[in-house]
Amino acid sequence: MLGWELPPHNSGGLGVACYQLCEALSKNEVDLEFILPYQADHNISFMKVHAARRQGVLEILQSGIAYDSYKYIYRDGHEEWHDVYSQSKFYEHAVAAMAKDMSFDIVHAHDWLTFRAALRVKASNNVPIILHVHSVESDRAGGKPGNPLVREIEETAMLAADSIVAVSQLTKQKIVDEYHIPADKIEVVYNSVDRTKFEPASQDNSYRYLTQLKQNGYKVVSNVGRLTVQKGLVNLIHAARVVVDALPKTVFLIVGSGEQMEELISLAAELGIGANVVFSGFQRGKQWRDSFSIADLFVMPSVSEPFGLTPLEAGFYGVPSVISKQSGVCEILSSCLSVDFWDVNEMANKIVGVLREQVLRDTLSEALEAELATLSWERPAGRIKELYEQQLQRSAS
Amino acid sequence: MKSIVLYMHVHQPYRLRHYTIFDSGVNHDYFDAQWEASENNKRILLKVAEKSYLPTNERLLKLLNKHPEFKLSLSMSGLLLEQLEAWAPDALASFQELTATGRVELVAETYHHSLAFFYSRSEFEAQVSMHKDIVKRLFSQEPKIFRNTELAYNNDLAAWVQAAGYSGVLAEGWHNMLGWRSPNYIYHPISAPNIKLLLKNYRLSDDIAFRFGDQSWSEWPLTADKFVRWLNEDNDATNFNLFMDYETFGEHQWQESGIFDFLSHMPKEWLANKEHGFMTVSEAAASIEAVGEIDSPSTVTWADTERDLSAWLGNAMQRQAIESLYLLEKPLLQLNDWSLIEDWRKLQTSDHFYYMCIKWFNDGDIHAYFSPYDSPYEAYMNFMNAYHDLKSRILDKGLLV
Repeated sequence: MLGWELPPHNSGGLGVACYQLCEALSKNEVDLEFILPYQADHNISFMKVHAARRQGVLEILQSGIAYDSYKYIYRDGHEEWHDVYSQSKFYEHAVAAMAKDMSFDIVHAHDWLTFRAALRVKASNNVPIILHVHSVESDRAGGKPGNPLVREIEETAMLAADSIVAVSQLTKQKIVDEYHIPADKIEVVYNSVDRTKFEPASQDNSYRYLTQLKQNGYKVVSNVGRLTVQKGLVNLIHAARVVVDALPKTVFLIVGSGEQMEELISLAAELGIGANVVFSGFQRGKQWRDSFSIADLFVMPSVSEPFGLTPLEAGFYGVPSVISKQSGVCEILSSCLSVDFWDVNEMANKIVGVLREQVLRDTLSEALEAELATLSWERPAGRIKELYEQQLQRSAS
Repeated sequence: MKSIVLYMHVHQPYRLRHYTIFDSGVNHDYFDAQWEASENNKRILLKVAEKSYLPTNERLLKLLNKHPEFKLSLSMSGLLLEQLEAWAPDALASFQELTATGRVELVAETYHHSLAFFYSRSEFEAQVSMHKDIVKRLFSQEPKIFRNTELAYNNDLAAWVQAAGYSGVLAEGWHNMLGWRSPNYIYHPISAPNIKLLLKNYRLSDDIAFRFGDQSWSEWPLTADKFVRWLNEDNDATNFNLFMDYETFGEHQWQESGIFDFLSHMPKEWLANKEHGFMTVSEAAASIEAVGEIDSPSTVTWADTERDLSAWLGNAMQRQAIESLYLLEKPLLQLNDWSLIEDWRKLQTSDHFYYMCIKWFNDGDIHAYFSPYDSPYEAYMNFMNAYHDLKSRILDKGLLV
């Protein structure tokens, strides 16, 4: 298994998905070894975790997290791009060297940063490779084509791959449309959630000010995610303007960090709703949980979201969601409201509708809870194991 | 003598347009979706008229002309008749041609296809009376048999039907109510000994209405002679009550399924035996002796696996929506503003509440198929936005709600 991050050193959902998938696979009697680009203590017992290079987490995070690939074009001094790109090259060569002394049947690689390594191992060890696509370059670039060098890696690797796993129908369609990969080579395996990993919300919410506002009749709408163009937050701020006109006692809580932070703060101010939009930065642990549980409604307005875990996380804390139709999670979740990411007025309409109707919120979160209870990593892991078996049979024959 | 009692229900609601919170208090055209929108009522009506009403009526008329024994009963909601009159006069005329034969009987119900019986008796009676008027005006008939919206039936309803002077009432022949007894006889309601209760044979009816085109059904394909053979298996029956949505023909079951051929051939197969006939609902009530009493303290309907009102009133959103709506009754009637009252009544149509049903995993896909909304939650939001507007119009007139 080749991946770029695992919790607790993850920058987003990619690491969480890899971790939970691997855990479920190992329960399903798949013997895994996971190669990361960095060295760290993960406290993982269900598989061996190797470091491709002797470097700390900090170096990797400084050289750009797994999602950044388009920044380079906009910034002068190619440091940031150069670093994550060269990190992926270092990783590629290190993995290739390690693979010579390892014995394994299949390589399963997650997202483009590990794809070159997968190709190299396929060539040297003659094993099938499965590429797991959690996002493609145009997702990360918010609908624009993105970095051509990254697209080239994705395209070359996907053409050569023995099989491809896409995290949603939406992603599969993008792989077919944008990379011209035959559809029958791509399997859709939806991500899931491991509910046992959630800690319950505490009664004592760390957002004191918001708690106080709520006691005074305010409603809180939250979003948790990176502040990047992919996440569509500019539209959410515009919708917030419309919502506040209809329901002045509404506060939007934006949780996360990213290059759009300043743009979003000034946009809220320009629209005259600076006081109604609260930014709290990147959060983990209790503050992260509190960011969901304080909310009356969660909104995921992403421009392009291959899967999108946060509405499921919000659901665990009893909070219903308005979700972009341009998301994978929208394909499997019934107990939610969906909206086109570009339709600012409709987004506002739905936000107001949910905030105003208590019974709608109650019914949604009740139904959502029932739906979440049916989700687990067992089924996706079972499907992946079948894929492994198919590949092994094929290479044996 | 054994009779088929064929009864079909015809109805189309006024679907709400996509009506947002920003329309509330500003625009009052809840039911006027743009022509391009999938929920445009005129467009839907014309489509159903073309796919179902016109071709079905053409075949029914042929059957009536060919077989003097052939008869049937129809219930047509006031909202449907209104829409036919406005947008599809040819389809309305084709229904009038049927009733002109004297062998097509119309059944009484609420004009607005509402569940008013369970919320306001006076409103319910007003709607029944409006329906009576439009049936008289368009078809010169006075219904003798009553059916409540969604066949929602209980002892109280039967008592009301008897007091209102009808000779019979229709209901689902659900086994919880029947026990070991068969729907192929006529009964008295326990609460209304002077009228007859006609119970739908849901197995036979649903073989046509739901399963006809289902290729995975073990009895597929269903032919007219096979169906008549099934009827013949019950030697002692007096009546086979085949009750279904009219739109079964051509809309729920497409023409390609062969449903029209089935309709055209079934009467001939049945009438091949001289002991067989057809009856309208009031003929069956008048001429067939009741064999027993039926007790139905709780409400039975003709939908879903539960056959109760849960598809319309089962979740908190549905109850909130309908209860809020009926709270407007007093101020509205006090204002006596016809346009407000009409909008209020159109919002009472049971379909609006059906769209809010969240019983996804059992019969959810049937609900989804008939719903103009992406989700039941959107249905609720949209409805409530219209409700809020109606309320604001009442407030504008200086009345407190």
